Amino acid sequence: MKALRKYLDKIKPNFEEGGKLHWLYSTYDAFETFLFVPNTTSKSGVHIHDARDSKRTMIIVVLALVPALLIGMYNVGLQHYLAIGQDVAFLTKFFYGFLAVLPHIVVSYVVGLGIEFAMAQVKKEEVAEGFLVTGILIPMIVPVDTPLWMIAVATAFAVIFAKEVFGGTGYNIFNVALITRAFLFFSYPSKMSGDQVWVRTASTFGMGNGSVIDGYSGATPLGQIATTEAGSFADFTFHGITGQPLSISDMFFGFIPGSIGEVSPIAILLGAALLIATGVGSWKTMLSVFLGGLAAVLLVNVFAQNAIMEMPVHYHFLLGGFAFGAVFMATDPVTSARTEKGKWIYGFLIGLLAVTIRVFNPGYPEGMMLAILFMNAFAPLIDFYVIDANIKRRAKRVTAMVK
Amino acid sequence: MANRIKIKKGLRIPLLGEAEETLRGRVTSEYVRICPEDFHGVTPKLAVKVDDVVKAGTPLFFDKNYPEMFFASPVSGVVTAIERGEKRRILYIEVKADSVIQYEDFGKKEVALLSAEEVKKSILDAGIWFLIKQRPYDVVAVPGKEPRDIFVTGFDTAPLAPSADFILNGQEADLQTGLDALAKLTQGKVYLSVSAKTTNKSLCEAKNVVVTEFEGPHPAGNVGVQINHIKPVNRGETVWTLSAPDVALIGRLFNEGIVDLTRTVALTGSEVKQTGYYQMLIGTELKSIFEGNVKEGISLRYISGNPLTGRKIDADDVLRAYDMQVTVIPEGDDVHEAFGWASLSPKRYSAGCTYPTYNKKYRLDARLLGGPRAIIVSNEYDKVFPMDIYPEQLIKSIIAFNIDKMEQLGIYEVAPEDFALCEFVDTSKLELQRIVRTGLDMLRKEME
Repeated sequence: MKALRKYLDKIKPNFEEGGKLHWLYSTYDAFETFLFVPNTTSKSGVHIHDARDSKRTMIIVVLALVPALLIGMYNVGLQHYLAIGQDVAFLTKFFYGFLAVLPHIVVSYVVGLGIEFAMAQVKKEEVAEGFLVTGILIPMIVPVDTPLWMIAVATAFAVIFAKEVFGGTGYNIFNVALITRAFLFFSYPSKMSGDQVWVRTASTFGMGNGSVIDGYSGATPLGQIATTEAGSFADFTFHGITGQPLSISDMFFGFIPGSIGEVSPIAILLGAALLIATGVGSWKTMLSVFLGGLAAVLLVNVFAQNAIMEMPVHYHFLLGGFAFGAVFMATDPVTSARTEKGKWIYGFLIGLLAVTIRVFNPGYPEGMMLAILFMNAFAPLIDFYVIDANIKRRAKRVTAMVK
Repeated sequence: MANRIKIKKGLRIPLLGEAEETLRGRVTSEYVRICPEDFHGVTPKLAVKVDDVVKAGTPLFFDKNYPEMFFASPVSGVVTAIERGEKRRILYIEVKADSVIQYEDFGKKEVALLSAEEVKKSILDAGIWFLIKQRPYDVVAVPGKEPRDIFVTGFDTAPLAPSADFILNGQEADLQTGLDALAKLTQGKVYLSVSAKTTNKSLCEAKNVVVTEFEGPHPAGNVGVQINHIKPVNRGETVWTLSAPDVALIGRLFNEGIVDLTRTVALTGSEVKQTGYYQMLIGTELKSIFEGNVKEGISLRYISGNPLTGRKIDADDVLRAYDMQVTVIPEGDDVHEAFGWASLSPKRYSAGCTYPTYNKKYRLDARLLGGPRAIIVSNEYDKVFPMDIYPEQLIKSIIAFNIDKMEQLGIYEVAPEDFALCEFVDTSKLELQRIVRTGLDMLRKEME
């Protein structure tokens, strides 16, 4: 490490004001602070600081996402080999999924971080770490067959128009990863929904050649129930891509078609445990999303007219992006309500809206993305009323004093 | 029995280097320096010239806006230098101390027999009015305005803070006289806050005041937190604040008739070899207590005050006016720590749970341990801010300098020190105390 430190000190002058590589200063600084804790000391105010910084916070979120990503990769392989009717080893499935997903991650990071580094250089600020999380979220919430150029375009759009124009990490109104997904969803609907996009049937880097078996159907469980002819939930069964019925445990472990990172509630639970234990994610937001969902489902169950209205609450939580959204998207501190009371309201309404969209909207089988984006817009309003109560209390004190 | 208030939010930072409760003697120095910047809100105008002879209690300067507010010399001797900085701002006034201090005689006075005006005039004339501060704005109290109440904090919860019990040992009579004098200065009440652990009878059983007992982690000892729980400051109101040892200094004036600004000061910090308490005058040079008593071979940070709110000083600097504590910690600018974001090192301390916690005391240095960012993490400040105020929203309104919002969110109730813990835990490494200080100063200019 000492040699590395020496090398960094040696090349540093090139990047500083007047050096020939000054246009890369933000990049140099990002790598230097990645490798070594900056040794700037406090100039005003407190003389000691907590060891937690923005890098630590973001790294913990990335760590929390890893289980969902790994199971997601395995599931990509699993679904692929099911679709082509081949039985292969566990590691082969995982490796296939890894190869299929890796380019998405690379593209998302290269495009997003490239823009972030450039903006930091222009603004003469340090590179903010926000995109470390966004960059891994993006590949996890899109279908595996999304073309790479689409991811590149959508990421660039979201980073520039949902984040940088507002001032960068910490100032954005909408969750950047969800804006990426929304952009893809509305611009290229055929690649983002339907029953053709959730399972990668083609080979990846020459791996997993084969043709799709007869009776293959790539619809997601939520897509199936949204379009079912069955009159009631009792007449309906979820089935996998080869027509096999899906068990609760398939749904719980995440062996169903869907977006890469969203399929496995158990992996998401692991991530949630880490976020809550470290205090990085708000348990209040997570819990209230589920409470909101529960309330909405119980309500529509009572007035059920069709299969999806009758669907019991655990299916709602296990399927689609509900759990993933509650744990990783709703808890984004920048776009969520910032007051503690506000978080309860914010989360509850997300759960409520997500289920409402699922059940009553004929166009989209999944409602989590829209529910969260919608509540992102309302989060400042919720905070406004929570804080207003405090303001009123203070104003009341003054009038009491005048009397 | 005193009222009891329990503070739940807050943080005890487990730092190494707490002062051993032993009095190690009296520190004197050849020169004594008074720095007007310590007295916030005061525009100093000199009352002496170089080569003037002064006694302890002779005014060195006064406030331009309130010429009756003098600032006393702590020693007798000759004024040797008046150092000025940018825009001719006075940096310090240096007095070469006599070996035996001669005191200006103000006459012993029985507080009970004095009127409010007489008490006020005595303190102002003696040049120790600066010991009284006011909210709003956290500045030296404006003498012309009568306070609604006066709040005295009888304990300090800051990391490594000295024990008020120990400091007040032997000053019990002065403390009670000081409290009696304060009681004359307000139509309202004098509130004295003590900790659940306070043992000094002069605090727990003080007369002529309302005693409130506080329990909980830092910042329970901050007078701002106590005011917020006892009787918050409203727009248009003024309250005065003091610490109990400062009240004793005022009491000493009446009991002895002289200005004796001797403080009992704790020498603390992880880099101090032998901690303990020293007696010294305000403005005394500190190098004699540092010499041979601090760790060598690394770069050090000397602080007059505690590690959260103190002022960075040099090794040959002096004790600042309000401080009862001197701290030495590592500076840390010579440390290169690899991959801090992945570290599980037991040397790193975090209030949250993003690092493993160990039940031990830490040796923390002055590094920021991160770069400045926008406010990202929510509910971080609230956890260490036990007031009925939304700290993050207040900080944002100060940055935007939105006067209406600042007033609505409670700017009049806070002082920079109340945000010290928020600044410590801040993931975004923002200079919150500086932001609040600037906001209060700008607001005062705007309102007065």
